[in-house]
Amino acid sequence: MANLVLSRLAQAVPSLLGVTIIAFVLLQLSGDPTQLLLPMEASEEVRADFRRAYGLDRPIPVQYAHYLLRLLQGDFGQSFAHRRPAMEVVLERLPATLELSAAALLIAVLIAIPTGVISAVKRNSIYDHLSMGLVLLGQSIPTFWLGMLMILVFAVGLHALPVSGRGSFAQLVLPSVTLAMWLLALVARLTRSGMLEVLSQDYIRTARAKGLAEVVVTTRHAVRNALVPIVTVVGLQAGGLLGGAVMTEAVFAWPGVGTLVLESILKRDYPVVLAALILVATAFVLINLLVDLLYGYLDPRVRVGRRG
Amino acid sequence: MQAAVEQEPRVRGGYLTVRRLARVRTGWFGAALVGLMIAVALAAPLVAPYGFNEMSLENRLKPPEWLKGGTSTHLLGTDPLGRDMLSRVIWAARTSLGIAGISMLVAMVFGVMMGLLSGYYGGRLDILVMRLADIQLSFPYLLLAIAVMALLKPSLVNLILVLALRSWVVYARTVRSSVLVVNQREFVEAATALGASDRRIITRHLMPNVIAPIIVISSFQLAELIIAESSLSFLGLGVQPPMPSWGAMLSQGREYLTSAWWLGVFPGIAIILTVLGINLFGDALRDALDPRLKV
Repeated sequence: MANLVLSRLAQAVPSLLGVTIIAFVLLQLSGDPTQLLLPMEASEEVRADFRRAYGLDRPIPVQYAHYLLRLLQGDFGQSFAHRRPAMEVVLERLPATLELSAAALLIAVLIAIPTGVISAVKRNSIYDHLSMGLVLLGQSIPTFWLGMLMILVFAVGLHALPVSGRGSFAQLVLPSVTLAMWLLALVARLTRSGMLEVLSQDYIRTARAKGLAEVVVTTRHAVRNALVPIVTVVGLQAGGLLGGAVMTEAVFAWPGVGTLVLESILKRDYPVVLAALILVATAFVLINLLVDLLYGYLDPRVRVGRRG
Repeated sequence: MQAAVEQEPRVRGGYLTVRRLARVRTGWFGAALVGLMIAVALAAPLVAPYGFNEMSLENRLKPPEWLKGGTSTHLLGTDPLGRDMLSRVIWAARTSLGIAGISMLVAMVFGVMMGLLSGYYGGRLDILVMRLADIQLSFPYLLLAIAVMALLKPSLVNLILVLALRSWVVYARTVRSSVLVVNQREFVEAATALGASDRRIITRHLMPNVIAPIIVISSFQLAELIIAESSLSFLGLGVQPPMPSWGAMLSQGREYLTSAWWLGVFPGIAIILTVLGINLFGDALRDALDPRLKV
């Protein structure tokens, strides 16, 4: 297990370095900072001074090395718009995004797993066809459009729930259900196919032959084993969830990292955009690492099978 | 004479595939939906009643025909500039399907090539390609796409490249793993022993065996790319006005959600019908080509 942890950590390092390289390249491509930050009428001398002051006159590899050093020291640059450290601005918005994502994850898993299990147990029943049809529909709806429909029906039509903002529980309902839908569809589908696979195994027949009640066979023997791969999938979808969160936040004016990124793009506040990108990518790499380790813990075969 | 050597598996006959497809009714329904959308997109100039940017200020924000105040000249109503919604949805099919289709092809050509070379030659190239894929996958795609489109200019070429970025990894990884399996088979060994060149082995022996997964992946990637394009356009980072795309139209629709719901509903229905059709067709295609595939 210790070997597994170490090898996974070692694999995460190049990914994290890659993240910083991409962020740096994007920063280079975003254009001349002196055009962006200095007034239009600034003279060429002022621009040159500015470049020297910020080290922009040095070779690109040197600039990258400095950039990386600063990142390692926790310096993600200053936000142009807020005149504060960029990472500070991003971190302020993080709790809102985490709250939304956690609520969506909870809704998705709580509904999807029972749906998938029942679908598999009652394979080819009306229930199965109906729920899998809905699941396919759920996978085909763009998150942001689902959000708009939710607003139309529940806020504009029924006046039942607030349209936007954050603070009360009622304001969390529409965004979290919207964000949950796509993950719900995916997990329900995978649970169903995982269950079908497990249900055809020999040990399930053995359990039945022992005379165990079908409920016990399903819950104690089948579901437990079917859930192991689903843990991985849910973890791997963390990135998709965050992407969906950006769209959901945009539709519901939810004050999270997603809306911050979009606002910052409009203000050309690139340090904030990149700080958010690096933060999210780092979190994503770490989540994948955790999922990988959790998988090794849940399924001992993985530990033996892979060379540590 | 050749009995000792394992026969090279033929790519499953088109006839058999079509017969299996035909058994799945939902697959047909999906194919019909996609076919309809593609036909409409191709025939846009013929079927759209108006041009996509044809404004008429006296007909601003007309509701759909069946509602009070609707007119039969604008079946799905009009937008704040008096442009016909039906025509714009039809023209947007061209943009949205075209961009997603081209991006998919770009990703496919690049990804399949990378997968074939990486799987066949292995070594440093393999490590490099897979490392690149890993790094890219450590970004949540949509956020990366938003950042790239915001920092570059939101031009059509940039949009296509950013979308292709989404899919090439999927092609490269799948093709590589198929190649690693096929490479072990006796017919590849036999071909090598007979002195076939690398190029011949790749194009004649490896390629045919990765076609089935490529076709299946393509259908699901097309669906993903349509959603990705509409998401970017919805945020104002994709297709730029006055060019109509479903996502961009929805972005306008969002502003008028409380007063003119049709602006935010019809383009969404177009997206969902297309994506649903592709997904249904893709499911059936996967079952018909290779039920063991898990894409």
